[in-house]
Amino acid sequence: MTEPQKKVIRLETLDPSFSEAVSKAGGEKINLCIQCGTCTASCPSGRRTAFRTRQLIRRAVLGLKESVLSDKDLWLCTTCYTCLERCPRGVDPTDVILAMRTMAVQSGHMLDRHKLVASLVMKSGHAVPIDDANRKTRTSLGLSELPPTTHTHGDALAEVQTVVKKTAFDKLVGYEWK
Amino acid sequence: MTKPYAFFLGCMIPNRYPGIELAMRNIAPTLDLELRDMEGASCCPAPGVFKSFDKSTWLALAARNLCIAESMGCDILTLCNGCYGTLKEANEILKTDSEQRDKVNTILSEVKKEYHGSIQVRHVAEMLYRDIGTDKLSNMIKKPLPLSVAVHYGCHLLRPTKYREIKSPERPRFLDEMVDALGAKSIPYRDKMLCCGAGGGVRTAALDVSLDMAREKLQNIKDASADLIVTPCGFCVFQLDRGQIEIKDKWGVFFNIPVLHYVQFLGLALGLPPEKLGVYNNAVPTDSIIKKI
Repeated sequence: MTEPQKKVIRLETLDPSFSEAVSKAGGEKINLCIQCGTCTASCPSGRRTAFRTRQLIRRAVLGLKESVLSDKDLWLCTTCYTCLERCPRGVDPTDVILAMRTMAVQSGHMLDRHKLVASLVMKSGHAVPIDDANRKTRTSLGLSELPPTTHTHGDALAEVQTVVKKTAFDKLVGYEWK
Repeated sequence: MTKPYAFFLGCMIPNRYPGIELAMRNIAPTLDLELRDMEGASCCPAPGVFKSFDKSTWLALAARNLCIAESMGCDILTLCNGCYGTLKEANEILKTDSEQRDKVNTILSEVKKEYHGSIQVRHVAEMLYRDIGTDKLSNMIKKPLPLSVAVHYGCHLLRPTKYREIKSPERPRFLDEMVDALGAKSIPYRDKMLCCGAGGGVRTAALDVSLDMAREKLQNIKDASADLIVTPCGFCVFQLDRGQIEIKDKWGVFFNIPVLHYVQFLGLALGLPPEKLGVYNNAVPTDSIIKKI
């Protein structure tokens, strides 16, 4: 027989100000949660993974700050917004998750693959920039080889880069300008 | 002719599925629409990733795109649910929240731009349904399409409803009606509103999880014997089309279901030749449906 698991959460390890901080970061209604689990039951990602929206919110309300912000499951939400539409308390769980993600990024928990996507926008203005194959496809379809976006307007790309410097997004992501 | 639209391309459509861009440009005259290019537009930026990283950067870059359309005096038209999500939401936030607007305008003053809140953001599916309507669409068709269609709305076309025009998050019908209006049949399939799995940065960060969601969706569509999938989102097209090859490579299952964007499907019904609609550039061949029509 397996031993019952004992999990002890010590009061002194909790950060009671955490849910307030999540609230300020955009998850305003986190404290309305009654743990009904409609979010988890609606979640297409949770169906196939250990990602549990209800549990993340519970941990956040308890004040388990570091455990929440370092949890990679935070990044399994596809932002389908099904839970947000169904939540009977109007917690807007998707907004809570997005708020906790921005806090995670601020405390240094950003996935390398996400840093890469962010740097593509700073480099080219596009999260998905053109590649050689699609230059050819565009030409063969009779479209311009490059779209009329930042790809063909250096001044526009410079604007994008000025904006991200101004918001210090480059520093947040650790992007090195070349 | 109705007033011209500022045509927002985004990333996925011009840079991975340019056939969709071509289709929109080619069906526009038939629909009496004028599209004007948004010179120097950037990524919207992607809602799932950028809003997750830093909300003020997300809002400022979106506002820069909105300013381009404002200077053209045109409402934005987009063919991608992600772009719609970002631009529509950012536009609503900036129109109603003066504090955020001031902050964004301080940033934008560095690039000599100012957000005024003078335009609307439209998604092509929502615009076609509300401004043209299914009756008019069905009167315009030259070639009815005798096909069974699995309609995939894509999450960000519908939700969150607080920032959407069509308030139907659970069982919408409008896109099914728009497919039926072309002589095709939108068929029911299990768990139809399931996400494609690509959004929220999940495709980037956890490809297996993302593709597993697509696999479930594709299996349900296969079980319903659909001839093809029709969706109004560039990113969903990418996930459901290219994803089928990735799923085959990973798990050895090949669904072989063609995927078209709604504007390409509409173009076929309007009688445009398939090569003017860029339907031959997909990862999963679309020949089977072209043969049937």
